[in-house]
Amino acid sequence: MTAAYDTTVFSNDQESQMPGLQQSGSQENVIRIRNLRKSFGSNIVLNKFNLTLKKGESVAVLGKSGSGKSVLIKCIIGLLIPDEGTIDVFGQNIPSLSHDQLDRIRVRVGFLFQSNALYDSMTIRENLEFPLRRHWISVNQQEVNDMITEALENVGLAHTVNMMPAELSGGMRKRIALARTLILKPEIILYDEPTTGLDPITGNEISELMVSIQKKYNTSSLVISHDMKCIRKTADRIVVLTDGIAYAEGTYAALQQSTDLKVKQFFQ
Amino acid sequence: MIRINRPPDPLHSLLRDKRTNLGSLFFMTLPAGAQKFFNEAGDISRFTARFFTEGFRPRYEFAELLRQCFIIGYKSLPLVGLTGFIMGLVLTMQLRPSLVDYGVEYELPAMVAISIVREIGPVITALIFAGKIGSSIGAELGSMKVTEQIDAMEVSGTNPFKYLVVTRVFAATLMLPILVLLGDAIGLYGSYLGVNIKGITSFSLFYTQVFDALSFSDVFPAFIKSFFFGFAVGVIGCYKGYNSSKGTEGVGRSANSAVVVASLMVFVLDLIAVQITDLLGYN
Repeated sequence: MTAAYDTTVFSNDQESQMPGLQQSGSQENVIRIRNLRKSFGSNIVLNKFNLTLKKGESVAVLGKSGSGKSVLIKCIIGLLIPDEGTIDVFGQNIPSLSHDQLDRIRVRVGFLFQSNALYDSMTIRENLEFPLRRHWISVNQQEVNDMITEALENVGLAHTVNMMPAELSGGMRKRIALARTLILKPEIILYDEPTTGLDPITGNEISELMVSIQKKYNTSSLVISHDMKCIRKTADRIVVLTDGIAYAEGTYAALQQSTDLKVKQFFQ
Repeated sequence: MIRINRPPDPLHSLLRDKRTNLGSLFFMTLPAGAQKFFNEAGDISRFTARFFTEGFRPRYEFAELLRQCFIIGYKSLPLVGLTGFIMGLVLTMQLRPSLVDYGVEYELPAMVAISIVREIGPVITALIFAGKIGSSIGAELGSMKVTEQIDAMEVSGTNPFKYLVVTRVFAATLMLPILVLLGDAIGLYGSYLGVNIKGITSFSLFYTQVFDALSFSDVFPAFIKSFFFGFAVGVIGCYKGYNSSKGTEGVGRSANSAVVVASLMVFVLDLIAVQITDLLGYN
């Protein structure tokens, strides 16, 4: 884990000074969000939110329930359309892309859903095959089988290939969901509350799996969570999302020392 | 001098809004229940329009359509068959005493055939179909919605509307007329058995009387309206499920309201169909 940032607390009009917005010469930004605003009726969830994710880096977005973390991650993958602002993923602004262009980006960006989102009516094999078939990945059946086996072996569940999701435990389902995310070998993985609803031991196993996957495939990760153990284990850098803005940013160690009340409450 | 910022008057704001017109002002005066009804009707209309916009453009989901035809059509056959059989049998047994009183018992096969083919067969089959398929589509899509499976599908390079909605609506539209024909046939067989409970009529005589009584104007309008019944059940089941919210409670509500609204739509469409066939001279 790198520790490239100190703790910094920002106000809403100081986003231009954020270290995350300054282009690093050595590392390429794979995600760059500027002045993102998203509201639902009169409820403004994100208000001039800024964030960058560099290649090979793992960033955690920390925030209370209902603070807009899941909204942020869904805007990044194009499931929600922001009101204002830009979301550059591999240099392409997500809100301005056509469906086909968005699909091409989505091959390179994996998404682990909070509820796993495994298709109940399909076996584990069919669940894993689905993104391959739908993204028109031109591979023959033998290659598909090899990819499924590799993805399942990565999460230690090769024996479940012909089972149904309902036959698996919560932790196993999370691993299978991760295997499905991995099958396209994405360059970025977006994790939406990866340890929510799991017991501490299983949650720890998932966190370790996330770290090992990042090392193995050199992926960039954006982790949305309020589980401090998971964040401590997986994140190089933490962005605190409060009141719709990137309120503070820094390493785990640095933020832990912060005297700011809004930051401190997460570490108590 | 004290400056007080009063919150804007809602009516004043409404009148200043450029989108406000006489129609929207009239709408605001309606009771809440009526507003909800018109909003729902508008949403279903938009959903239906989206079906026509997206349903006939590639990428076509033929494999999923076939799978849905199997689930929606073939798996509904036992229920539709059993219902049709009981319907034919009971109708025959109920009609017989009245016809005997008037001395026209010999008209029993013809009367049952016309009743089943023109009205009872399509409507009863459509209601059974709404109960079984409407609720299953509503619950399935609703649970997929609340467990983010629809989002996962979109992230996997799939248009979930085409994959889930278009295929189910087409399958329901195509399968219900076939089920109605099969239900009618099984219902007539039930009627044949019903006739023979208290009398003796040969198979060939019964069916000769049935086919002599039926004409093109009995079969064709009933067959055509079955397509509309199937379409309504498919669209409403999908609409309710696709727009489900509020967790598992919302899924139950989606399934329930899919059945209620689809059943109601069957009667409304039947009412419209009978007016049209009357105008066209098929009655």
